[in-house]
Amino acid sequence: METLGHLAHGFSVAFTPVNLMWCLLGTTLGTAIGVLPGLGPALTIALLLPITYQVAPEASFILFAGIYYGAMYGGSTTSILLNTPGESATIVTALEGNRMARSGRGGAALATSAIGSFVAGTLGTLGVAFLAPVVVKFALSFGPAEYFSLMVLAFITVSAVLGSSSVRGLTSLFAGFVIGMIGVDLQTGQPRFTFGMSQLLDGVDVIVVAVGLFAVGETLYMASRRYAGKDEIVPLRGSLYMTAAEWARSWKAWLRGTLLGFPIGALPAGGAEIPTFLSYAIEKKLSKHKEEFGTVGAIEGVAGPEAANNASAAGVLVPMLTLGLPTSATAAIMLSAFQSYGINPGPMLFMTQANLVWGLIASLFIANVILVILNLPLIGLWVRLLKIPAPQLYAGILVFATVGTYGISQSPTDLVILSLLGAAGCLMRRFDFPTAPVIIGMILWPLAEAQFRRAMTISNGDWSVFYKHPLSLTLLTLAFIGLVGPHIYAYVERRRLRGPEHVPGDA
Amino acid sequence: MSTSDQQAARPRLAVPELLIGIGLLACAGAVAWQTLSIPVSPLYSKVGPTVFPYITMVGMTVLSVLLIVAALRGGWQPEEEKETPTDWKAMGIVAVGLVANLVLIQPLGFTAASVIMFVLICHGFGSRRPLRDVLLGLILALAAYFGFARALGVNIGAGFIENQLNTVLDSIIRMLRV
Repeated sequence: METLGHLAHGFSVAFTPVNLMWCLLGTTLGTAIGVLPGLGPALTIALLLPITYQVAPEASFILFAGIYYGAMYGGSTTSILLNTPGESATIVTALEGNRMARSGRGGAALATSAIGSFVAGTLGTLGVAFLAPVVVKFALSFGPAEYFSLMVLAFITVSAVLGSSSVRGLTSLFAGFVIGMIGVDLQTGQPRFTFGMSQLLDGVDVIVVAVGLFAVGETLYMASRRYAGKDEIVPLRGSLYMTAAEWARSWKAWLRGTLLGFPIGALPAGGAEIPTFLSYAIEKKLSKHKEEFGTVGAIEGVAGPEAANNASAAGVLVPMLTLGLPTSATAAIMLSAFQSYGINPGPMLFMTQANLVWGLIASLFIANVILVILNLPLIGLWVRLLKIPAPQLYAGILVFATVGTYGISQSPTDLVILSLLGAAGCLMRRFDFPTAPVIIGMILWPLAEAQFRRAMTISNGDWSVFYKHPLSLTLLTLAFIGLVGPHIYAYVERRRLRGPEHVPGDA
Repeated sequence: MSTSDQQAARPRLAVPELLIGIGLLACAGAVAWQTLSIPVSPLYSKVGPTVFPYITMVGMTVLSVLLIVAALRGGWQPEEEKETPTDWKAMGIVAVGLVANLVLIQPLGFTAASVIMFVLICHGFGSRRPLRDVLLGLILALAAYFGFARALGVNIGAGFIENQLNTVLDSIIRMLRV
């Protein structure tokens, strides 16, 4: 019940007029960028990182959290009406949601996704409030060896386990490692990977990397694909009110989606793709209206995955706040915002920065209320945003991208790096390399290195710390299973399927 | 990556994917070169500044070999991407816009360079109304400039346009205060 006291205190922080304004600003901005294709929360928060030099930490994290949650709400609108998932987490929403919109039930699809997001977001935030203190108690016993092993596990899960190919995921991750090491090594003062250029001594800013990969890369990619078919906006038809039957079909899906999304998000693996796909599969199996799936669109197929998506977004905050372990690109950029305040997220955060943490959690509840209002009665406003023509939209994104990048140090070198990363980002899109592991790798690799050195210093250079501590050994074993397990499983499956009657090319 | 293709018709070598693999191998080489040039003080004999770079180098080498093998077995680019022809012209114009921006931002200032980039990118994406784009670009660039420079306190190199407007804005603020 300690948590309730903390929460009450948190609300007293979040309910000040100034912080409410930041929350409103964040959720509005978040919904807008969620709706607009080509803009995501990771890019937006990266561009707004300079705000950390201007305002109190509470204010900027309330703003960032509003953007983070808002983008989830906004993204579903685009998926439903445009069939272009703004983010990988809303791919599944587009499957049924767009079909519903085409058969004239777009209003109900938007309603079930907004209310489902609210239910899942609120339950997920409650989950954060009650789970985080438990994880904190557990994490206090972690030593540097455990932290290092935990980061290794996170590296494997975010790059190798999720996504379509572990080799490509790991390639992205290692590219992030290289970028993360550029600059002066903090422990020894030696410059690394600077190629003799003094401009690189300070390292490459996460803003440049995020903007290069997400904004410039995306723009080049969209330009390269102008021959690809364009998606049409389905005009919004149908009442936003759900019928009793639709409510009855939605609420169970919301709860099941939440139950799937939050735990998977809270694991040091993160990622909203798996829970949304799982939720879709489960809803399809349990539904009494199977004939609607893939034809006119089934409401459960929107309600479940949307809830799973928002609950896992909340879940990601647990390892982020309690362990300092970001498992999504957005969380990694938020971690760098903590660093810019000189705050280290981790178990101590809940003691030293109670105002910040509980104010942030309380503001997430408020954000959910604001978002459901912004996204239902005001939906028409956001639909209009979808009509911004692509040329001006992408050109505008790049204007903001360059101002954000050039503002860091007023050096054209940053703009050169930005363009190079943009080219890399475009190539990665075309050849199916995930981009999030780059950001996570560049932020987390230096932290992993610091923990590794600390562990080795304590053990006097004895490597056995990593496998003699039971917890560390468990984490490393899990990481190894995550890396090798899926391949062995696939191999066994192939052997099993490839019986004597194997038809060539059938696999 | 399906290794089961081996038994099907002999897979063809995928050139773009092969180039990516070789490029990554070259990157691993660059990492090795840069790692070797890190001076290691004997004081840090335990975990010096080169341990993690070496781990990265080994990892990248292994991964690039795996990617090259995958390329030799037919590559991995999704069908949908393969079938979409690349619009090199549009991409080229956008790239010219980016380069123009980074070359011009110091001599002309942020706003002018941004407007040029904005118009070029719009053109690349197929917009054929340059005058309207100039106007839109100017509004957006000024909004971005003042949003960042004044609200976020980011110092962006000011050119002629910004200086004039800053003077005007400061005098307005001064007048309002009085």
